[in-house]
Amino acid sequence: MAIFSVYVVNKAGGLIYQHDSYAPRAEAEKTFSYPLDLLLKLHDERVLVAFGQRDGIRVGHAVLAINGVDVNGKYTAEGKEVLEYLSNPANYPVSIRFGRPRLTSNEKLMLASMFHSLFAIGSQLSPEQGSSGIEMLETDTFKLHCFQTLTGIKFVVLADPRQAGIDSLLRKIYEIYSDFALKNPFYSLEMPIRCELFDQNLKLALEVAEKAGTFGPGS
Amino acid sequence: MSRPVPRRPEYQKINKDLFVLTYGALVAQLCKDYEKDEDVNKYLDKMGYGIGTRLVEDFLARSCVRRCHSYSEITDIIAQVAFKMYLGVTPSVTCNNASRNEFSLILDKNPLSEFVEELPAGRSSLCYCNLLCGIIRGALEMVHLAADVTFLQDRLKGDSVTEIGITFLKQPNEKKYRRRK
Repeated sequence: MAIFSVYVVNKAGGLIYQHDSYAPRAEAEKTFSYPLDLLLKLHDERVLVAFGQRDGIRVGHAVLAINGVDVNGKYTAEGKEVLEYLSNPANYPVSIRFGRPRLTSNEKLMLASMFHSLFAIGSQLSPEQGSSGIEMLETDTFKLHCFQTLTGIKFVVLADPRQAGIDSLLRKIYEIYSDFALKNPFYSLEMPIRCELFDQNLKLALEVAEKAGTFGPGS
Repeated sequence: MSRPVPRRPEYQKINKDLFVLTYGALVAQLCKDYEKDEDVNKYLDKMGYGIGTRLVEDFLARSCVRRCHSYSEITDIIAQVAFKMYLGVTPSVTCNNASRNEFSLILDKNPLSEFVEELPAGRSSLCYCNLLCGIIRGALEMVHLAADVTFLQDRLKGDSVTEIGITFLKQPNEKKYRRRK
């Protein structure tokens, strides 16, 4: 999956749509016996590995599932605290799945508003008058592309650095937004987008973008 | 490489009669619901405003217009690109005052009122196509431009042409670093 996520941010900086399509990577499931040779700690409502990196389980990975059942933050599916559960020798041997923690929707909201502010700062830092905001942010593992429309809505796509054709994908997402979100009479502007057709068409557009690499005219 | 305007194949050519009839039915119903012409005009403008705020994104997404740097550029784009795209007519643009913030769009052919002969008796101040004024006002507001849009002349009221006047207003709190047209 070369396109990792799509974010749509409204004029006020609030996240109105988010879509993730990256395959989970670097998850490791192992069976442990008492005592656990990893040091776990509670951080931000999640149980993270603090020390004891080995076999694909790295520091910072979160406990994702115990005995095949997904955990709910710091509680197991039954409602018991994970740390308490794992400190009881009667529960062993236990199979725990570790992996990179996914962002919660609150965190995504916060990151989107932070990006909105950074975008505005970007255009102010420019030595030229009337500069645009941040258009691309590049790291070694992904590239963030941002397109701001003349009305102030921002479309942000996170993709693999080698993926081409993201500019036309951003324009295509703008068209899909103007069609399936705006032309829906029951969708209020600036509110979270909960339109099924928008979802479907966006996913289609992402698939086409990944396969083709670029958009031809008239697509 | 300029990208051609993407056209959906099923919308290439369709009969506009349903559209014209729908608009006519809308105005007729509003006339039944409200006695005063000002009320009908006001609600047409309000409806047009809601349409304009949504239509502008569709217009910007499909027409690839660049950022404008003057009010006359904006009016030209409204006349030559937007009207062409949505109504199939190209009004001519004139500037009405020296400070270059009042413009007129002169329509010699208006598809919405093509089949309307004259306004009914007792409805002499009805602006039949006031929806268009609301649309233009809503669209301009979404790109952060306040404007007053009214009908200056109306063929249905006896004038020779239909003229829509756009007056760009000064923003009350113009932020220096965030001027976006």
